[in-house]
Amino acid sequence: MEKVLDVKDLEINFHTFAGDVKAIRDVSFHLNKGETLAIVGESGSGKSVTVRSIMGLLAKNSVIPKGSINFKGKDLIKASKKEMEEIRGNDISMIFQDPMTSLDPTMPIGKQVAEPLLIHNQMSRSKAMERAQEVLELVGIPNAKNRMKDYPHQFSGGQRQRIVIAIAIVNYPEILIADEPTTALDVTIQAQIIDLMKELQSKIETSIIFITHDLGVVAGIADRVAVMYAGKIIEYGTVDEIFYDPRHPYTWGLLNSMPTMDSKKLYAIPGTPPNLLEPPVGDAFAPRNEYALAIDFEAMPPFFKVTDTHYAATWLMHPDAPHIDPPAEIIRRRKQYEKYLKNQPVEGGAQLGN
Amino acid sequence: MATNPEKRKKIVEVKHLKQYFNVGRKNEVRAIDDISFDIYEGETFGLVGESGSGKSTTGRSIIRLYDPTDGEILFNGRDISKIKNHSAEMLEFRREMQMIFQDPYASLNPRMKIKDIIAEGLDIHHLVKNDQERDARVEELLDLVGLNRDHMTRYPHEFSGGQRQRIGIARALAVKPRFIIADEPISALDVSIQAQVVNLLEDIQKEQNLTYLFIAHDLSMVKYISDRIAVMHNGRLMELSTADEVYNYPLHPYTSSLLSAVPLPDPEYERKRKAQPYDASIEDDSKDRYLQEIVPGHMVYAADEEVKMYKERYDKIHEKKTVSETN
Repeated sequence: MEKVLDVKDLEINFHTFAGDVKAIRDVSFHLNKGETLAIVGESGSGKSVTVRSIMGLLAKNSVIPKGSINFKGKDLIKASKKEMEEIRGNDISMIFQDPMTSLDPTMPIGKQVAEPLLIHNQMSRSKAMERAQEVLELVGIPNAKNRMKDYPHQFSGGQRQRIVIAIAIVNYPEILIADEPTTALDVTIQAQIIDLMKELQSKIETSIIFITHDLGVVAGIADRVAVMYAGKIIEYGTVDEIFYDPRHPYTWGLLNSMPTMDSKKLYAIPGTPPNLLEPPVGDAFAPRNEYALAIDFEAMPPFFKVTDTHYAATWLMHPDAPHIDPPAEIIRRRKQYEKYLKNQPVEGGAQLGN
Repeated sequence: MATNPEKRKKIVEVKHLKQYFNVGRKNEVRAIDDISFDIYEGETFGLVGESGSGKSTTGRSIIRLYDPTDGEILFNGRDISKIKNHSAEMLEFRREMQMIFQDPYASLNPRMKIKDIIAEGLDIHHLVKNDQERDARVEELLDLVGLNRDHMTRYPHEFSGGQRQRIGIARALAVKPRFIIADEPISALDVSIQAQVVNLLEDIQKEQNLTYLFIAHDLSMVKYISDRIAVMHNGRLMELSTADEVYNYPLHPYTSSLLSAVPLPDPEYERKRKAQPYDASIEDDSKDRYLQEIVPGHMVYAADEEVKMYKERYDKIHEKKTVSETN
């Protein structure tokens, strides 16, 4: 599969009065063409910082001591300001969480959607406006033709997020980064926006990085999932592997703390995430982990391979580790998966049939 | 969860409540349009709906932040709109009913120390005699919500979102209320922290025999914490029943639509899930609709001639249920 983006050994620190915050600690991942990669984790785990570094939008007090972000044979970390300006909004676009603050309240929406075209493509004004209208229709703004001159406050929250999406896709970007795009929205509007993103992805063949802490949304949109904790990716795999056969105790905790049909008492991961001014030497999750081994406090676990697509950074995967039973909910998920796989037609066979 | 709710004591009774804003002007908003329901002592009553459905307004009306346009709200059998401002009765009403807010960042005064935030209610209601007693009570409350006693002299910015929400809970509990309105208390928190706060709310409820009105748009969490759930849409209640009935065997199409939009952490389920949009035009037949009891304890917003249809739907769903259970 073709890789459109390859992030390697990325480290990002932020200078503060209290010292250096090690926000990203050795993160590597890649994005395949046409796929949706979801990055999940709690606030402060570094998911937003990671994608902002791809866009070159980090705060001024940040430093990148190590790592590379390869896009089309170019390292985005070393790219000049001018080069980044050419890429942003053209090859790589971003959708932000809050549709109320990511639009300019003083500019008509038609002009806002046309702006990337005028900047990147030197398109004529009338042509750009024409194209802006097409894209607004594509994202489902009713009566787009007559609403081009309306201002953001004249639209509802869901419609505003559609406009934000229109701006992001107007140049058919190769990569679309969505940072919690549905968190500020209601469930019903959220469902519409997610359907829209899926539909657009197949239409304009873009690759998506989707950031969220809502595991329900991830299950619906992602092809692959990376789980972040305390500035590191601790597990990644296909969406089925992460939801039905997770291996890291933190992933177990996340899945276990969602209410299910018959849960009597909710499982809560005890404690709070570590302070990244002085990150722990071992597995950062160890103090909150009931399955932690002695070595978890001393050494950082490497990635252990589960399948060709599924890796988990936990010492529990080491051949010498003692056998432990995961929480009942995780065992239930594994069983459900086994049953599901049995009922699936053989993959190769289905392809031959076509 | 008594099986016979009729025998239980009603702590809140909402009767034909209407809450309009900008009455008589062009931009009149009917935020609540004739709703009636009861909340029983010791239960958790969940109120769900989309933004703009009127669920937060309902909570704010019950705690009397607004004067109702029409209808009445009884708390312990007493009409709250008859309580005079600044009266001793109002003070007592405010002590018995407390609120936990959605945004743990905006709801704590950044210039007050934690102990003063928590003790503000104690001071207002003269519940402590001296500083030692005040500190002792604050320490007790911090223990109760799982915070450290050393946190007393710190300021809100030194705490995470989950910790702040615990401070908000301690503040509400300080005056020993009987009824707490929690307006989206967990929607601003991370998944792992949500579970901590929900468990805390449940433990305290058991210990102190509290009654909750839990307002939220996250149906799966509401289903988990609530005994009964009311579904709100456009200022009206569409369905009201036990949490299990509403979540697993909804009767009204709006409830089904809302449920169909909830994503679950299960990729297989998600691949099959089809959102069912709600077509509000089915209400546009100028028939008189109101919340009607279909079977005891299960109410649906319906016209008189629709009751039969809902009864049949109920029987059909529950027939299926017993079949699948025996299999």
